[in-house]
Amino acid sequence: MKPGLAIGGVLAGVALIAALVSLVWTPYDVTVLTIAEKLQTPSPAHWLGTDHFGRDIAAMLMVGARTSLAVALVAVGIGMGLGVPLGLLAAARPGWADELTMRGNDLIFAFPSLVIAILITAVFGPSAINAIIAIGIFNIPVFARVTRGGAMSLWTLDYIRAAQVAGKGRARISAEHILPNIANLLIVQGTIQFSLGILAEAGLSYVGLGAQPPLPSWGRMLADAQTMVTLAPHVAIFPGLAIVATVLGLNLLGDGLRDALDPRLRRAR
Amino acid sequence: MKKLFKPAFAALLLSAGMAWAAPDSITVGMVLEPPNLDPTSGAAAAIDEVVYANVFEGLTRFGPDGAVLPGLAEAWEVSPDGKIWTFFLRSGVTYHDGSAFDAYDVEFSLNRARAADSANAQKPLFAGIELVEVFEPGVVVVSLNAPDGAFAWKMAWGDAVIVAPETAASLATNPVGTGPFVFSEWVQGDHVTLTANENYWGGKPALAKATFRFISDPTAAFAAMMAGDVDAFPNFPAPETLPQLAADPRFKVIIGSTEGETILAMNNKQSPLDNVLVREAVAHAINRQDIIDGAMFGYGTPIGTHFAPHNPDYVDLTALSAYDPERSKALLTEAGVTGLKLRLALPPPTYARRGGEIIAAQLRAVGIETEITNMEWAQWLEQVFRGRDFDLTIVSHTEPMDVDIYARPDYYFQYARPEFVELMDQLKGTSDVAARSDLLAQAQEMIAKDYVNGYLFQLAKTGVANAKIEGLWENSPTQANDLTAVHWVD
Repeated sequence: MKPGLAIGGVLAGVALIAALVSLVWTPYDVTVLTIAEKLQTPSPAHWLGTDHFGRDIAAMLMVGARTSLAVALVAVGIGMGLGVPLGLLAAARPGWADELTMRGNDLIFAFPSLVIAILITAVFGPSAINAIIAIGIFNIPVFARVTRGGAMSLWTLDYIRAAQVAGKGRARISAEHILPNIANLLIVQGTIQFSLGILAEAGLSYVGLGAQPPLPSWGRMLADAQTMVTLAPHVAIFPGLAIVATVLGLNLLGDGLRDALDPRLRRAR
Repeated sequence: MKKLFKPAFAALLLSAGMAWAAPDSITVGMVLEPPNLDPTSGAAAAIDEVVYANVFEGLTRFGPDGAVLPGLAEAWEVSPDGKIWTFFLRSGVTYHDGSAFDAYDVEFSLNRARAADSANAQKPLFAGIELVEVFEPGVVVVSLNAPDGAFAWKMAWGDAVIVAPETAASLATNPVGTGPFVFSEWVQGDHVTLTANENYWGGKPALAKATFRFISDPTAAFAAMMAGDVDAFPNFPAPETLPQLAADPRFKVIIGSTEGETILAMNNKQSPLDNVLVREAVAHAINRQDIIDGAMFGYGTPIGTHFAPHNPDYVDLTALSAYDPERSKALLTEAGVTGLKLRLALPPPTYARRGGEIIAAQLRAVGIETEITNMEWAQWLEQVFRGRDFDLTIVSHTEPMDVDIYARPDYYFQYARPEFVELMDQLKGTSDVAARSDLLAQAQEMIAKDYVNGYLFQLAKTGVANAKIEGLWENSPTQANDLTAVHWVD
């Protein structure tokens, strides 16, 4: 196993475990504000210190991880759920179906994703749900494209021809032969989109359009900490580190998985 | 050697010379940009913060301590019945466009402000005027329909400044007044520049040029202050950085009082907030000190009613709505309300956004859930203030002596209890100081006992300025940045 894969796995795993543990236990209740204990530096009582409302930063980060991962996960799910069938359709039916889906993709691609995400949340109101939808929509063309590219190269192979001759329909071939063979591509792309989703969620929360208080989110923790950087640097450093570590971890994981799973790379070696 | 010495010496002289001559321009930071520059038609505080006492003047004006001082009127007389006010105007006053100021301008301005189609944001100030007459160019006689002891005070507001008929229509973009500074340019989204008025009746101001820069982001405001891009920030938006700025010898921090009663406004016509028990429950759920410490980093004075604590007529009623979550829960039970969920609309200022999160947590502790919506000012004015579509909101009422807003039936929190309206009418007709004081105390008590709103704290004026600047106002008796007396010292 490559060291990148291991490091990535550990970093992403820490975020995942923190998020899962926060479902049953956090060191402090993040919805209770203890103003008297505000802006404390890290101590045995508060491992990562407290924020400007006296909330425990470690607990905030744990619940924030849940928000970030949940938003990114569902957004990737939307992208895969809609993008993969569209990509399969485009590859299976060259001609008008291919043209229609791919030009539709180009249309979405043509817009800067974060700006449109801001538009969506501005129109429908800021909330975690709308952030998921906004980020999810921009995952659709990514997955459609990856799926189509992978599927197109498979459609020319002999065993697919054999399946066609045997009388299998295009839809069945796509599901039974194409999809399993491009699954590794999708897993790699999914990991990368997942890390982008976390960044996008942090960005949206930073400008106040993501998860709304009292639900903690890494992006809003950073935004709140902005003016306090000089006063109490730890309130900005820890959420910043959490975002960096998780995104870096997922990217390393994605790269490592590609090296391990992508048949094209394996052949080249 | 000699060749080299000469330019070096010249440079030394030059730099020394620059150090001796105090600068004659100032850059003042403001959080909000004014939507226009006409104080007689716009409601925004930012308009007055640029033009009041700088570009425009009224018959009277507010001093730094809130006292009513002579403005364009040198002196005034009141008839014994309190209904006829005679203003004696200054002579030799000209507008920035060179035209002369006279009594007909006063007549025009007051009639324009009180006209049926007037766009003035404070029409109640002029509601008592029955007739404005000019007998000679320097004397204006205002007849009121009822005695009003506070008429000179009303004429000191930014909404009551005197303008010329020729320029009145275009004041929004080209303000022409009689003040010590002349409007020079407005780059939208960035700054407004004023230059000294050479022909000012009160003598030329010390500053030759003043620039108001608009910086809404607290972090950017702090950075601009540290970098010296801004010389003074009279209402600094990041209270948490004040200790750091105070410790820096380049700056001084000026903490004063404002007229800003910061309240948790409740929609008194909206169920279940139309029930006084529910409003009382909300009031008792609030821990004021936590809000002042958590949102304002300790800057602010707790209030128990809609009145400024530095006013001599203030009555401390904070005990009526003391922090008592148990009492709060009992009141909710008594009102028969369970599973209460309220909307909380928050405009952009720090006191609202941070205070809102704290209040939401405090309300949650007594079993009231809130749904927070962060709003920009335009949306807040549209939906909450004009549309009255809200449950709770946090806002600071920065107008001086504005307890009479509780008598307006269409005002956004919709109180206007008939007994209160009666009190305000009585107050209008009373000029005796002790009697006024008593009426004001009754008014404060009535709104506090009806728990019309949650009374949080009096906004502090947290200003930062270059240590070498003198003459800035310490307090904010009105929304203004009067630069007349501002100057640099060594």
